[in-house]
Amino acid sequence: MSGRDSRFGKPLADTPLDPCEKLDVEALLEGLEHYRPRRRSWTWRRQVPDQRHYEFTYHETAEPLERSVPLPAAHYFEDIDPQPDCVITTEIASGRPEDDIRRMRMAAWHGADHIMVIRTAGQSHMDGLLEGTPEGVGGIAITRKQVRLTRRALDLIEDEVGRPINFHSYVSGVAGPEMAVMFAEEGVNGAHQDPQYNVLYRNINMYRSFVDAAVAKHVMAAAGILQIDGAHNANATAVKAWKVMPELLVQHAINCAYSEAVGMPAEGIALSTVPPDAAPAPCMRMDLPYAIALRDLFGRYKMRAQQNTRYMESDSREATVAHVMNLLISRLTSADIQSTITPDEGRNVPWHYNNVAAVDTAKQSLVGMDGVREMVHIDREAPELKARVREIKERAVLFLEAMLEDGGYFAGVEKAYFVDSGEYPETHDDGIARFSDGGVAEGTIVPRADDYLAPVCHHFGDNHLELLAGFGADVPGGTTPDARPCDLVGGCTLCDDAKVPFTDELDPTDNAAARLTQTAELRERGLIKPEVEWAGDGVVAVTMFLPASERVAEAAALELGRAMNLEDCEVIHKRVMHPAEGTLIELKGRLEVAIDPALLVIPEPPEVLTDEEIREFVHERNLRVIAATVGNDEHSVGMREIIDIKHGGLEKWSFSVTYLGTSVPIEKVIDAAIEHAASVVLISTIITHADVHREMMAKLADLAAEKGVRDRLLLISGGTQVTDEIARASGMDAGFGRRTKGIDVASFIVRTMRERRL
Amino acid sequence: MARPDTFSQAREHLQSLSDDELQLRFWELSGACVGPLVELARTHTSPSIERSVLMRMGIDSITCKAVVAECETRGLLGHGAGHVVLVAMRGWGVDAPVAAARLASGEGWDTVETHWGDAR
Repeated sequence: MSGRDSRFGKPLADTPLDPCEKLDVEALLEGLEHYRPRRRSWTWRRQVPDQRHYEFTYHETAEPLERSVPLPAAHYFEDIDPQPDCVITTEIASGRPEDDIRRMRMAAWHGADHIMVIRTAGQSHMDGLLEGTPEGVGGIAITRKQVRLTRRALDLIEDEVGRPINFHSYVSGVAGPEMAVMFAEEGVNGAHQDPQYNVLYRNINMYRSFVDAAVAKHVMAAAGILQIDGAHNANATAVKAWKVMPELLVQHAINCAYSEAVGMPAEGIALSTVPPDAAPAPCMRMDLPYAIALRDLFGRYKMRAQQNTRYMESDSREATVAHVMNLLISRLTSADIQSTITPDEGRNVPWHYNNVAAVDTAKQSLVGMDGVREMVHIDREAPELKARVREIKERAVLFLEAMLEDGGYFAGVEKAYFVDSGEYPETHDDGIARFSDGGVAEGTIVPRADDYLAPVCHHFGDNHLELLAGFGADVPGGTTPDARPCDLVGGCTLCDDAKVPFTDELDPTDNAAARLTQTAELRERGLIKPEVEWAGDGVVAVTMFLPASERVAEAAALELGRAMNLEDCEVIHKRVMHPAEGTLIELKGRLEVAIDPALLVIPEPPEVLTDEEIREFVHERNLRVIAATVGNDEHSVGMREIIDIKHGGLEKWSFSVTYLGTSVPIEKVIDAAIEHAASVVLISTIITHADVHREMMAKLADLAAEKGVRDRLLLISGGTQVTDEIARASGMDAGFGRRTKGIDVASFIVRTMRERRL
Repeated sequence: MARPDTFSQAREHLQSLSDDELQLRFWELSGACVGPLVELARTHTSPSIERSVLMRMGIDSITCKAVVAECETRGLLGHGAGHVVLVAMRGWGVDAPVAAARLASGEGWDTVETHWGDAR
């Protein structure tokens, strides 16, 4: 895959993944003390100008994947899976690393190459690192072992899909500098780092947050870890999100200016920006000026376009539409990273398939809007747009001016400048106030003494390295230009990877291996149990329309769930269709059933023969086929696809096909078969509620028997909703449904005729 | 203090600025806001910063925590926890992880305190 970073040791020789096999999670947990990452730093996608896929040319795409799951409609376009130019994020954190990595693999196959893990509740207040793999709540315990396990799995997954995957977490909270060092050591590629997040939303002391952040950012810069800021949280917290735009610019600016001042390069800084509003507000017209003002002011930095979460409800349809409108803003302006939020985040901790759904939404929208900005320009001179862009910038400048006049940033926070519901300079006196002598870890910073010394590399701030001479070491920057601050300790972990320690589990019961024993039987026997988050969680969702008012429908749904043998039922979404006529309910529950696939009867997929084999067989026998669309059905498209040579139909192999047309009576079909001495009858039928399709098939079989030709005719029916099972039950030899190709039907005919020695 | 939207009056001094000048002003003000914060960070340290120094010296997180906690208790954090470990390393002639482990188990603090005299 990517070139190895020479600072790291030899990698473990893990066996490449087999796309037909599940991840061996137990094996990945073994030997982690020897695992080393391949590289540090962030990786962008490689753009390919004017890329051809199928019959199309793309203007904003990147190199394709070697393995992936294309969009559902891709089968009309030879299964192409164009990859947009920007990195696509998915946020995964089930609370268990052993389950997260399986979901990461699924997301990567759909196009995610930035995988972010959310931290467990409370970790930001822990003064120090956690170790091992304890279970998290609403996120995961970020530890060295968790990070190492994940990065090891991602190495295998990136090889499988053929594109580098960026791994991302949080360098915030009270242990930011330690997180930054651990991430640098373990090959984490991106991280959130914004001291304002600590101050405003975690109530961590403001002095501590900024002092820590400088060291953390400096280490991140040394390791090439891309930084993403935390300004989107102001949007998510705001009372009226359309009022928060000037403040968002200020928050972005403070983190960007601070980061650069402590040694971070502009290209290593990304803004977490989100369109603040959502429909039914006229959100595009409100948010586009903001997006433009932001990109005008912050053109030197990267844009990580986040999806709006402020107005996200339990309706996954609504969330998806909001996401698409946000994506349109990304395409009309710019995005280096397109983030995704799962459409179920408004109702529960995200489920496996909703990570995939969100990634698909981003991929589908970005590829669908490929190059659209060459034709649809933003009119920068449109009066409302022009005035509003300027106004947002001026309001942000007024905010900064006033805060400086009031004593600076810390004073501004104490005076509740931030997250006020007024649009600055309007204020409602309802912002978040924090105090310099308050908050978590208050009073924990100390002045660096005149002999402060840290004998390590990439350390920010006053550091009296000249004192190293007193310990008999060369002083960096002195007479020995190659001297490093860490020479005295024989190299630091950022210079010498062999120095990185590993700490295993500290809790004998709360760890991944112990949890895995509870689901060992499922894996050993290959049992199948539904899941949404964790192996064997048994959770399923049921969608139902109930002809009842909202409250009654909710109560009825819970009762229905119990009748379906579901445990712990919970209504996760409801939507009134009409106050009296009915309500849509989505219900989740736990199903304590596991299926043994060895006991399943699964029809073999049809084998496809070679062109030569079919052609030879057909030619020898001069095979004739009668085809018709029967009943009162005027559709002929599906049948044409199966017959016509230009669609790769039966004529391709020299079948002699007579198509009788649409709405043909069954009697006429059989008469034509006899008249033409045909061997095969193809009928196409739509499925109806009244079971007309079954009647048509049964009638064809009966009539053929009556006329004494059933044994020498192959009777085949097709249609979008026909299944082989329905067809056979109605007296046919086979049925073919949606996505059938001519080769499937041709192969079936040849194989069956051989078997029956016809 | 609640305040109505005074934007149209408050912006008067900005309206003559070109877009480029406004942008320049935005970044000058941002720089002025962060200047004192950078200065605070340059001249101060914290328990997490000191643990991050020890980590870079190859010391595991549990030992880092114990050594830094003891440095805090003894008022030595301002000299740098890495500096403390260096003093112990020299005293014992051992590498950083070994010196830190011995400090974490309570050994050697008298030597360290002697080095800084009345640091407490």
